[in-house]
Amino acid sequence: MRTTRRGLGLLLVMGLGLVAASCGSGDEEPKAQGSAGADGPVTITVGCQPPKSNPKERTAWDADVAEFQKLHPNITVQSKDAFPCINPDTFQAKLAGGTQEDVFYVYYTDVQKIIKARQAADISQYVGDVKAAGDVRDDVMSVFKDGDKTYGLPRNNYNMGLVYNRKLFTQAGLDPDAPPKTWSDVQAAAKKIAGLGAGYVGFGEYSAGNTGGWHFAASLYARGGSMVSDDGKTAAFNSGEGKAVLENLKQMRWNDNSMGSKQLLQWEDLMRMMGSGKLGMMIGAPDVVQSVNNDFQGKFEDYGVTAVPESEGKASLSGGDGYMFNPKATPEKIKAGLLWLEFHELTPGKGQFNYARSKEQGRPVGLPIPDLYGDSAPGQEIIALRKQYATVPVDHFAPYVAAQSNITNKLEPPKAQELYAVLDVAMSAVLTRKDADIDKLLSDAESKANKILAKNT
Amino acid sequence: MAVTEQQVRRPQLPGAADPPPEDDRRGALRRSVGRNLTAYGFLCGALICFALFSWYPMVREVILSFQENNFVDPPRWVGFDNFRSVIEDPAFRSAWINTAVFSGLALVIGYAVPFVLAVVLNELRHAKAYLRFVVYLPVMLPPAVAVLLFKWFYDPGAGLFNQVLDVFHLPPLSWLDSTSTALVSLVLVSTWMNLGTGTLIYLAALQSIPGDLYESAELDGAGLFRRVWHVTIPQTKLILLVMLLLQIVATMQVFIEPYLLTGGGPENATVTVAYLMYQYAFNFGDFGGGGALGLMLMVVLMVFSAIYLRVSREEAR
Repeated sequence: MRTTRRGLGLLLVMGLGLVAASCGSGDEEPKAQGSAGADGPVTITVGCQPPKSNPKERTAWDADVAEFQKLHPNITVQSKDAFPCINPDTFQAKLAGGTQEDVFYVYYTDVQKIIKARQAADISQYVGDVKAAGDVRDDVMSVFKDGDKTYGLPRNNYNMGLVYNRKLFTQAGLDPDAPPKTWSDVQAAAKKIAGLGAGYVGFGEYSAGNTGGWHFAASLYARGGSMVSDDGKTAAFNSGEGKAVLENLKQMRWNDNSMGSKQLLQWEDLMRMMGSGKLGMMIGAPDVVQSVNNDFQGKFEDYGVTAVPESEGKASLSGGDGYMFNPKATPEKIKAGLLWLEFHELTPGKGQFNYARSKEQGRPVGLPIPDLYGDSAPGQEIIALRKQYATVPVDHFAPYVAAQSNITNKLEPPKAQELYAVLDVAMSAVLTRKDADIDKLLSDAESKANKILAKNT
Repeated sequence: MAVTEQQVRRPQLPGAADPPPEDDRRGALRRSVGRNLTAYGFLCGALICFALFSWYPMVREVILSFQENNFVDPPRWVGFDNFRSVIEDPAFRSAWINTAVFSGLALVIGYAVPFVLAVVLNELRHAKAYLRFVVYLPVMLPPAVAVLLFKWFYDPGAGLFNQVLDVFHLPPLSWLDSTSTALVSLVLVSTWMNLGTGTLIYLAALQSIPGDLYESAELDGAGLFRRVWHVTIPQTKLILLVMLLLQIVATMQVFIEPYLLTGGGPENATVTVAYLMYQYAFNFGDFGGGGALGLMLMVVLMVFSAIYLRVSREEAR
């Protein structure tokens, strides 16, 4: 009797399992979403509408949607809000669950991974209709390309610099208008800031949740190093430049004691520290100032940005974001999405570049980002508009802007997240262990990275 | 074979040899179903919930672990490639060692403390309800909140724990920032968060022990320790064994503590199997690898549970 019951139970479980497996194993062919004629009505869902907690930006977005729909009466834009605009943790789930927007937002870091996984639509045959795309900097467009195919358009672009707290510089007896140009300058400034008292940190750095590896790459590029070989098949960070990155941190953490005792910091930690006014310097782009001002109680006027020390004539890790298209989107949706992106993200004086409206709303204008066009005509037009409607002290970003002409933007390495996870180990070791052996750390990381790069390369 | 007269004439028990007529059988079945309809209704609800939220994800995970799936194109069967790939991952070994050490430490610290607390609470004569509430309070906090609370406690500068050490003129500890203390620190958080549930279960078991046993032990001159050793532990043995199994199964799946407190650092000292699984699935976009790790963990826990149940059954005999 017991055996029969057990058998029946097993059968029931197996049956349910098989039913479940058969109804959702995902073996079915992807179906294209409903299509429309050339000028027929088409509805697109677009990600990254500003959240309700940011009413000014949301109002501006909604006004742009209304204006766009007036220009294109056959297109309906359904905005999807989220903060932050993309959570990489839910990306796969949204795609699997069919709730991914037709036009979805991405960080540069994830673009190549998405392309390689064939999780974005190839828009090569339609992107030619976006005239503005022809003026976008080649290095920026290359982020969204794989060979001769295009998979998206940029919204924001910047490269890494050194963000510093001007107020703390003044308090520590440093000149905020003469930010550090060398790593020795950074070390000296960090010591003075840390000397202001308990809780003050001269220089902050990440070392957990893959952010440590990301900033290692930023510092490495700025010293002229590379994360991977030219063919992308082997690691190249176990070099003089890589060693210098870690030695510099070791010096500040243990000899100068200017990096604070709390480590294993992740993205929000440094933002919070910067916003609280206790952190002197960190590697970051001008968007850090924007985040600190908008979300972490900092004030624009207290911060400045300069180039990463000793990076002139070398490279800087580029960063930014943009939009890609749902692989199941129909050609009509892709065309409509491209029209929206051209209108909202790429047209001087419109959408994100409507600086007149931003000023009227009391939103910050004057940050040297996004830099999508370089010196081309739209780029010049945007710079002129930014200057005309500036509401933030643009001088505070002048050292960063001035250095741009001598710095090459460099993209993130292949398998960026995996490599960053490996380099988190080296970064956390140097920042938490006084006797960390830098040569061994780099050599271990190199062999691990080579294994990762060898997989499916 | 011929049938004898005796066999033919043998009186038969009603319903024993002759099958009941078809109508009678159907009627009995109908009556039985009618009687238990409510029970079947409840059973269906539970079965649907389990099927949707437990069994279906498990089956999907098993399938995923043998596939390359980008959730766009039809998935491709890749055999054991995902398993090979995660086994070759440099973090794989660390993750299993850390998980085993975490479970071991959680047993040493987290298994004994609730039992001792329950014994103490059971012996108390005053403020029983208040103290039970205090012990159970951490369970009511959302886990993320509890973990973030400890993030502040562990802060090497202004954190509570180092302030306490300072009061006693003891040197500050690095807590989460040191490879030697990070994992122990996570165990402390985990123990604190789950203390209440364990204590309540033990307390319920303790209260079901007949008072006569303690009285007899006391008459025989047994002190507190001997009463616990000779009465309490044998009487709660079943609960202790069940809790041991549950605790190991739960701690082997530790995720939220390393995710929120250390990000797997320093130097991978707190990367656990569940955390690595998360990294694969959500940071690296490799659901196949994540599924493979999940399946390995499930198999390990199933084998462990089977061995454990067999040993405890044999011991019970």
